[in-house]
Amino acid sequence: MEWYLPVIWAGLIGTAVAMYVVLDGFDLGIGILFPFAKKEDERDVMMNSVAPFWDGNETWLILGGGGLWVAFPKAYAIIMPAFYLPMIIMLLALVLRGVSFEFRWVAKPNHHWWDIAFAGGSTLAAFSQGVILGGLIQGVNVANGQFAGGAFDWLTPFSILTGLAVVAGYGLLGATWLNMRTSGPVRTLGRRFAPLLLIAVLIGMGIISIWTPLSVERIAERWFSLPNFYFLWPIPAVTLIVAYLILRWLKTGHDALPFLGTIVLFLLGYAGLVISTVPYLVPPHLTFWDTAAAPESQIFLLIGTLFLLPMILGYTIFVYWTFRGRVAPGEGYH
Amino acid sequence: MEFDPVLLARIQFAFTISFHIIFPAFTIGLSAFVTVLLLLWLKTGEEKFHRLARFWTKIFAVSFAMGVVSGIVLSYQFGTNWSRFSEFSGNVIGPLIGYEVLTAFYLEATFLGIMLFGWNRVPPWLLTLASGLVAFGTATSAFWILSANSWMQTPAGYEIRDGIAFPLDWLAIIFNPSFPLRLAHMLTAAYLTTAVVVLAVGARYVLARQYTEEARTMLRMAVGMIAVTAPLQLVIGDLHGLNTLHHQPMKVAAMEGNWNTATSGHFVIFGIPSQSAEKNYLELAIPYAGSLVLTHTWDGKYPGLTDVPPENRPPVANVFFAFRIMVGIGLLLIATGLFGALLWWRGKLFTTRWYLTGTSYMWPLGFIAILAGWFVTEQGRQPWLVYGLLKTADGISPVPGASVFGTLILFIFVYGAVFSTGVYYINRLIAKGPKGSLAAAPAGLPNRPISAAEPAAREATGKDPGKSIKPKKGGR
Repeated sequence: MEWYLPVIWAGLIGTAVAMYVVLDGFDLGIGILFPFAKKEDERDVMMNSVAPFWDGNETWLILGGGGLWVAFPKAYAIIMPAFYLPMIIMLLALVLRGVSFEFRWVAKPNHHWWDIAFAGGSTLAAFSQGVILGGLIQGVNVANGQFAGGAFDWLTPFSILTGLAVVAGYGLLGATWLNMRTSGPVRTLGRRFAPLLLIAVLIGMGIISIWTPLSVERIAERWFSLPNFYFLWPIPAVTLIVAYLILRWLKTGHDALPFLGTIVLFLLGYAGLVISTVPYLVPPHLTFWDTAAAPESQIFLLIGTLFLLPMILGYTIFVYWTFRGRVAPGEGYH
Repeated sequence: MEFDPVLLARIQFAFTISFHIIFPAFTIGLSAFVTVLLLLWLKTGEEKFHRLARFWTKIFAVSFAMGVVSGIVLSYQFGTNWSRFSEFSGNVIGPLIGYEVLTAFYLEATFLGIMLFGWNRVPPWLLTLASGLVAFGTATSAFWILSANSWMQTPAGYEIRDGIAFPLDWLAIIFNPSFPLRLAHMLTAAYLTTAVVVLAVGARYVLARQYTEEARTMLRMAVGMIAVTAPLQLVIGDLHGLNTLHHQPMKVAAMEGNWNTATSGHFVIFGIPSQSAEKNYLELAIPYAGSLVLTHTWDGKYPGLTDVPPENRPPVANVFFAFRIMVGIGLLLIATGLFGALLWWRGKLFTTRWYLTGTSYMWPLGFIAILAGWFVTEQGRQPWLVYGLLKTADGISPVPGASVFGTLILFIFVYGAVFSTGVYYINRLIAKGPKGSLAAAPAGLPNRPISAAEPAAREATGKDPGKSIKPKKGGR
């Protein structure tokens, strides 16, 4: 067994998930902030600011899910049934919000229901993703290489907390995105909500960081044993510094810096989670190597991935470059 | 209340995949049709081809978006509903699905933007090329997905170790025995289905005396296409049937309602198959016809359902009736194509009212035939999920039936709302017709299917259908 193939694939899927969280995070965040914008034209601007990007962003979700099946079929076969209900609810929420991007314009002036579908779908999808994350951190009940738990194992106080934290985090990405990309009342909305959401995110991160090592021995071991602790203490420290900087940049009216700072905040949190769980893919039982597909399968798709992934990345950059700059009120696609 | 998790998982998957397949089938055909229209426009410079291409591109955009959102669901449902199957076949099928996502997504996402938003900003040849690449991308999707499905029907190039399939030979896996004919059958079905929709829309306009020039072009192109592809589909279908007889004899036995090898050979036109009595009630059959079709001899025999124990037989009635619906529609389409060609040759295609009225209602037939065909091939594979290797009952996830039931209700509710809105919207676009005036294209190349159709939709929801419209600025 080539030991390095599962590591490469874990890196690729980890990258796809990080791309997904950051990219779809901000456009889900727009949906989360939607109820707080009361005027129709403000909502139009909010939607238009993410309209060219959302479906490209969601592609990373297909790549992540499909990649997991190809590279780690055993993990896919355990995680999906373990989170059956939040997974299906997330998918249906994404369907509803995805079509509301378009149907909302068609339905005008009776677009009220599609506003609800967009806001509700975005919020529910974000919450489901957070619940799945929390459930994964806590670990999945596995017996004989199969999921062996109940339908509601994932529903714990901890997973509800991670669900709310992800909603707040995506909301923060959305708010700082609005601060960067829009002007007028919509930008004001983003700037008003960003500090509140940032504090919520920090509280969430703090509770998760304390709760996890207390409840999972393995994670406490990872962070607080020596010499690990010497290398790892900068992560929470840098997180706090970045959070402080985001607040300052918001006050001084910077455009892009708060958004980029939020991305860094997300990546730091993500790094913390990775450090806690590596090398487990299905904590607390199965590692990358335990769940890996046959090497010949991993190689076969790796060839195509290494060729096509740079092209997809290039296309993503091209789209973002094409649509750089602020969205003025009343301007957009429709 | 007792829930049967196997049955519910099957119903849920059948529901979501049936909804999904309608849209890819239509977009495979439509993207090819739009490409042909653009090529004709390039070649002749006639404005009507340009108007038609724009019109069908809008409809393509809506269908494509529906295909995407329902497709995301499917990429996760293998894991949620069929986790044991995912683990069993992941090494073999996983990469095929992976390539589908990578290749098809890349081609479609990249060139879709140009196809939908490039109308006023890129040269015509580039627009045509983009449209052609999108058509190629949709067909590539079909290639990989059907390869994976065919492997489940006729597994090849693998070995089983510790209860899991491992790949031995990728070419043998991809080009497994039933794949080439299945791909030909499905692609032809997609093109034929789209031609029927184009025919119905053209007939609708001719009857309403609207867009006469475009409508006549559509009628001629559609009749020509159906006259060629409908008979061709019969030939491909027959070859596919022979291939199935060779690899999955019980599927053919269910299609034929053939219970006993000894009495096989007659073709059952009608009957009511009974799984428990092992016979057909009210049977009406043509002697020797079955042998002619399936063995190409006068009195050849082929396996009947009683060759295998009852638990290894597919649900006969479902397969039997679905097959007759598919073949019946196929024969009707052959007649439609050939008769339409005869009318065209006699110069009466645009004046024969009964023909136009009949065909204007035929638009759903292709979709129904495709669904019936999938019901034949998937239910005919039962009780196997991977033929001969993994039983359907052994492929499901360890998820309680109540969870599957609850989410099935949610699926029905959400899909019902979303897709009825989408279909209503396509119908509004068709009612609006191919207008000469065009709304300005939006800035840049957004990767957004439906927004290309949006200006038209705004017009479609206007107060005055049928009146000429002014191009909307919409702040673009």
